[in-house]
Order: sequence, then C-alpha cells, then structure tokens
Amino acid sequence: MNLNATLFAQLVVFLILAWFTMKFVWPPIMKALDERAGKIADGLAAADKARADLAHAGQKAIEEMRKARESATVARTAAEAQVAKLIEDARNEGAAIVKAAREVAEGEAAVASQRAREALRDQVATLAVAGAERILRKEINAQAHAALLTQLKSEL
Amino acid sequence: MAAEHAPNASEYIIHHLTHLNSLGHKQAALVDWSVFHLDTLFWSISLGMLAVLILARAAAKATSGVPGRFQAAVEILVEMVESQSKSIVHGDRSFVAPLALTVFVWIFLMNAMDLLPVDLLPRLWGGVYAAAGHDPAHAYMRVVPTADLNATLGLSLGVLLLCLYYNVKIKGFGGWVHELFTAPFGSHPLLYPINFAMQMVEFVAKTVSHGMRLFGNMYAGELIFMLIALMGAAWAGSASSAMLWVGGVIAGTAWAIFHILIITLQAFIFMMLTLVYIGQAHEAH
Repeated sequence: MNLNATLFAQLVVFLILAWFTMKFVWPPIMKALDERAGKIADGLAAADKARADLAHAGQKAIEEMRKARESATVARTAAEAQVAKLIEDARNEGAAIVKAAREVAEGEAAVASQRAREALRDQVATLAVAGAERILRKEINAQAHAALLTQLKSEL
Repeated sequence: MAAEHAPNASEYIIHHLTHLNSLGHKQAALVDWSVFHLDTLFWSISLGMLAVLILARAAAKATSGVPGRFQAAVEILVEMVESQSKSIVHGDRSFVAPLALTVFVWIFLMNAMDLLPVDLLPRLWGGVYAAAGHDPAHAYMRVVPTADLNATLGLSLGVLLLCLYYNVKIKGFGGWVHELFTAPFGSHPLLYPINFAMQMVEFVAKTVSHGMRLFGNMYAGELIFMLIALMGAAWAGSASSAMLWVGGVIAGTAWAIFHILIITLQAFIFMMLTLVYIGQAHEAH
C-alpha cells in the first residue's frame, strides 16, 4: 500500500483511453444505433400504413362485390324478362301459324267438297240420263238435249 | 538462497502482496514519487488496450442492420452507459459518455483479473524470473491493478481533474470561484471561509472515497482468495488437512461466484460515481 508515480501514469493512461473511446468507439456505435432506431421507426410507420391500406382495400373489395352482385341481379332480371318475352312471342307466332294452317286447310276442304259436289252432280246427270235411257228404251241424243240436261244439272 | 523451504502462511501472503516495482525490492517509504509499480502498469495498460481495441473492433463493424451477437452485446453496454449518462449529466456528453464506457469496461477487466487462479500468473512470472537467473522468491507480481491504491487513486484523480475542468467550462472561472465561496451555506462574507472549507472537504472526500472504495473492495477480495488458496495448500495427508482442502475448494468456488457480482458491481459503481461527480460539476448550486 505505497503511493508512487504509478498513480500519475495511471491517470494519464486513463485520460488517453477515454479520449480514444470518445474518438473511435463511441461515434460509430451511436451512429449505428441511431440509424437502426430510424430504420425501425420507418418500418413501424410503413407497417401502420400497410395496415391502413389493407383495411381500405378490404372495404373497397366489399364495395366492389356488392356492386357486382347488384349488376348481376339486374342482368338476371333483364334476361328473365327477355326470356319470358321470347317465349311469349314464340307462343303467339305458333298460335298464328296454327290458325293460318287451319284456315288454309279449311279453305282447301271447302274447295274439295265443292268440287266433289260438282263431280257428283255431273255423275248424277249422267246417271239420270242413263236411267232415263233405260226407262225410255231409246237413245236420247245428248247433243240435242244438252239444254235440257244443263237445266236438270243446275236444279240438282 | 533464502527460501529453500516452502513459505509459511504469512510469507506467502506478503510475497503475493508485494508489487514488482522499479526498485526491485519493496518500497520502504509510504510515498515515493520516483517509483513505478511495473506489474500494475503492465496489466492495467494491457487490459486498457484490450478494452478499447475490443470496443473499437465492435465500432468499426457496427452497422445499422441486424446486429450479430458481439455487436449486440457491445450495443447493450453502450446503451446502458448512454442512458445512465443521459439521466445524470445534463449538458454536452460527447466526452463524458465515452469516458463512462471506458471506465466501466476497463475497470471490469482489471477487476476480472481477480478471477484467475491467484497463483497462476505469479507462478508463471516466477518461472520466467528463475529462468532469467534470478531468485524466484523475489519474483513479485500482482495481477489485479485495481487492488493497487495507485491505480484507483490515479483514476479518481483523473475524475477530479475532469470535474475541475467542467466546473470552469460550464460556470466560467469567475462563476466557479463564486460558487466555491457562496455554496453551500449562502452568500455572506462571514460564510465565505466556511463555504470554501466545505467545498475543499467535499472535493477531497469525493476523490479519496472514490479511489479507496474500489481499491478496498478489490484488495479485500484478493486477500480472501489468498487465504482460500492457503486452505487448499494445507493438504498434507491427514484427515483434518483434507477437510481444509475440501473447504478450500468449496470456499474458493463460492467466493469466485460471489466475486463475479463484486467486480461488476464495483466497476458499475465507479462509473456511476464518475458520472455523478461530473454531473455535479455541470449543475450550478
């Protein structure tokens, strides 16, 4: 436990070491720490922003889906109306075609029956002539009696 | 040759407590400014260089990206010192905070020399000394610089000088002189001498207690390691000496573990008091 010049040597060494630390150790470490703190702060801010963006995007997506659903509903309604109209038109057209066909058929049937009746008349006239021939047993000149026969025919 | 026999307990301890100095034998006078403790200088300067080189290495590789373990450890230390200095010293800390870091790391390393086996380095030195043709009984080597009063008082004197410097720097020379005579009791001509005396006592007490506290703790710790080593050395074949040896192992283990706390705590206390004293120099009364 003696005091000697070691004391002053120690003092000088102490101040030199402290100076060295101040010059070469402290500033780079503090710089790195501050920079990292800045980076972390930036990262946190970016994370907050990203979270806000995400929430915003979610809202937007919900909104878009709602719009899409609405427009789909509108489209379906329109399509259904169009389909109903098409069916209705087709039905009407079909009915019209059926009606026209029936009318044509009926007209043709009337013409045919008219024609048949006229043919029947001709044959009746011939039959009547033939019957009258047989009854009279004599030949009737068809040409001579054409006026009579035409009269008879029109009376049938 | 004097010591053919094994040293007895008191010789062992005295040998371990004797410094390797520039005289070559034990310093006779209590104070002799022409003498150097070579062992204290060697170990404290070596450890100081080691400390600043480790820190400088960390500083050179420091990045603001993801730190490695080494960088993170140094950063934890730096952040601890930075937050302590920030809370204690109000003003420009561009020198004070690095100073506190130096104090902590350096004193911690010097204290940690206590954890090496108490005979290891002295015995190696004895071997070197003997190989150089000298009497190993005179191969003195103390490896814990902080267990030398010169080292700790040198540090506390350094802190005192810094306190004086900051007193003048912050308050101006006139302001500081004014404070020396008017604080703590107040500005009255009758109180000037009392104030001044109190201030002187305060400076002396701060400095002496600052250095003595560290020295006392480390010196006592070193002494206890020596006593425990003596217990271990009592091995002589008998049952009671074997018990002493076992006791030495147990006590050595316990004391070394406890000493981990002490060396850290003393380094921390020295750093904190350095900050407090320099912080006081920053504050006007």
